[in-house]
Amino acid sequence: MTSSVAPAAGRRGAGGGKAERTPLPASLAALLRGLPLLPAVVLLAVFLAGPIGYCIYYAFTDMQLTGASGTHFTGLHNFTRAFGDSDFTNAVELTLLFVVGSAVIGQNTLGLALAVLMEKASKPVRSLTSTVVISAWVLPEVVAGYLMYAFFYQEGSLNAILHFLHLPQQNWLYTLPILAVCLANVWRGTAFSMLVFSAALSDVPRELVEAAEVDGANAWQRLWRVTLPVIRRSILTNLMLITLQTLSVFGLIYTMTRGGPGNKTETLPIFMYQQAFQNSLIGYGTAIALVLLVVGALFSVVYIRLLKVEDA
Amino acid sequence: MRTRFTVATGIAVITTVLAATVSGCGSGSGSSGKTIKVVYQKQLNSSNTVQPDFLAAQVKEFEKANPGTTVKLVPVTASENDYYTKIQLMMRSPVTAPDLVYEDTATINSDVASGYLKPLDSYLSTWKDWSRYATASKAAMKYAKDGKTYGVPDNTDTRGIWYNKTLLKQAGIALPWQPKTWADVLAAANAIKAKVPGVTPLNVYTGTAGGEQSSMQGFEMLLYGTAAGGDSLYNAAQQKWVVGSPGFKDALNFLHTVYSQGLGPKVQTALGVNIGAQVGTEMIPQGKLAIDLDGSWMPNNWIRTGPKPWPQWETTMGEAAMPTQNGQDKGKVSMSGGWAWSIPAKAKNTDLAWKFLQSLETETASAQWNNVNATIPTRQDVAADPTYLKALPTNQFFSGLVADTYYRPGVPAYTQVSSAIQKAMESVTTGQASVDKAASTFDNDVKSAVGADNTMQGTQ
Repeated sequence: MTSSVAPAAGRRGAGGGKAERTPLPASLAALLRGLPLLPAVVLLAVFLAGPIGYCIYYAFTDMQLTGASGTHFTGLHNFTRAFGDSDFTNAVELTLLFVVGSAVIGQNTLGLALAVLMEKASKPVRSLTSTVVISAWVLPEVVAGYLMYAFFYQEGSLNAILHFLHLPQQNWLYTLPILAVCLANVWRGTAFSMLVFSAALSDVPRELVEAAEVDGANAWQRLWRVTLPVIRRSILTNLMLITLQTLSVFGLIYTMTRGGPGNKTETLPIFMYQQAFQNSLIGYGTAIALVLLVVGALFSVVYIRLLKVEDA
Repeated sequence: MRTRFTVATGIAVITTVLAATVSGCGSGSGSSGKTIKVVYQKQLNSSNTVQPDFLAAQVKEFEKANPGTTVKLVPVTASENDYYTKIQLMMRSPVTAPDLVYEDTATINSDVASGYLKPLDSYLSTWKDWSRYATASKAAMKYAKDGKTYGVPDNTDTRGIWYNKTLLKQAGIALPWQPKTWADVLAAANAIKAKVPGVTPLNVYTGTAGGEQSSMQGFEMLLYGTAAGGDSLYNAAQQKWVVGSPGFKDALNFLHTVYSQGLGPKVQTALGVNIGAQVGTEMIPQGKLAIDLDGSWMPNNWIRTGPKPWPQWETTMGEAAMPTQNGQDKGKVSMSGGWAWSIPAKAKNTDLAWKFLQSLETETASAQWNNVNATIPTRQDVAADPTYLKALPTNQFFSGLVADTYYRPGVPAYTQVSSAIQKAMESVTTGQASVDKAASTFDNDVKSAVGADNTMQGTQ
């Protein structure tokens, strides 16, 4: 639409010598030029900003799904309640453990290792590995969760394998459920990191690595001192993306453990769901959602800061 | 000119799009003058089609008797908790509100408090069949604050003990078995553990995954059998929730004994989402479970049309009433719930919905429903009907428990208290918390859910 405005004005300017065209006031022109953005802005406002605004409003009310006739503004009550609730603190701790364990350490390191190894591997090995890793990633979350449940379940495949190898068996989903869901999330999410790192590694200039090799750097030093510094921006971007993805993981954990046993895998998204829909406390659940949003924002700020430091 | 034209077109396009969106949101309810929407829960277990089949036949008959009308059945396939969430969300808006909804009697009060349901008094006053309903069932439909009735119950249930005669005989327990105290139940379970290896002695539902099944079949069957009886969870006279009572700890202690001494199912099995189906369709029919604290509807699993046909159940399974803690009061305890039909406050076609509801609740239709569903009738004429009493050999026993049964507190906050009970049960079952710790967590949860002023210290 912008293009149709400009030529029309241009032709008129060229054709009419006598009749001076009064130019539109600058502000109005700017407004008109912005007009084609309007549909997008409206859509964003209605479908993105709208729900977030609603969510912020609900977080300060005592809205319930059932059991109360009206909704009242209750100020910070939901938040003070959350911070005094031992289950909430437990959920925050588990969420941090889950994010650091499965994303920052698990997916990130494993993804990098796979990407580096695959660069050196022969073609058949490479295609086989990437097929296996990526197939875990393209599965729908619930299917992946169910597969992992079948794998870790007491009578599941992992214990069958351990039994076959005459190794002691573990009741994974019961004794150390948070480890089980962390491993499940690593299994499911590593492909993403691997793809990001593979792309980044292919951009590392060959001459740089070869020069280091000529100077006598061994493979480990070449990775640590040459390759990693070159792809550090991809690492940070990847970290930010997988952190945000992992923070909001719900389906995987819910399918595997429903947050249990007890509250041993009750991360913030699960806790939020249980408060909002099982206890019918929509207001309280939304307040927790808002806290989750803030946690995600904090992580993003840290990563973006690190990227900025790089730029400077 | 051209500039203006483009701008005008742009605005026109946007306006049209927005208008279409908005009006799109407004339509699609599906209830017009001669059409009603009826919402009910379809079991996750897809082989269980008892209610869909029954309703489909009823709809066919109704549409034939009332030409031009359409009854749209809307099954919601979900677990019990998710079903409540779904219908509550539907009833919030006039756009999605159904005309008739099937609700657990335990959630009705809570939904009335939210203003989701319509009082039925004006309809009931002109419906002569209403006088045929059992008084207790009618009372459970009444909302305490305004004294109005919000639903027509179509079935109720009772709870008791199911036991496998063969296994008890092997353990040397005299039949027919009727324990007098909790200690008798535990003694029998211990005898089975000692003499019949490879069998789970006793199942008591527990944990959050089981939802209301844990609270009601599991915990409340114990709690209401303690000294405080009907006032052990909610004191109706003072309208306060009871916290810190010794009875609550006793009930948790029973649970602790069952699961810490290996008398119950494996803890991880007991806390699984699937435990209800496992007990009914695997453990009991396979003879792997000796004693089960469960509902009157269990034969639903084993009848010819059920998910696990098992004709031998009639000779294998015995029934006993759940004893009170020390055999006090009448010596036995039971809990009752049931389901009811209600008309949402935002329904569009209430008259037709009421007409359809009446057709579901005639004597013939009720009897048919209670028979196929193996539930206890709420209509007294059906309860006395010989065909009903003979339909299942257990009907007489479980109908008889109605005399000693308790209903759950008819107060909106019950759902939250029930969640707190499940949490306490789960932490005791896993051993994450001691009985004292779990009980004090429960007290705090209840106080924060209903407000400390609405609680009282339990002395029994």
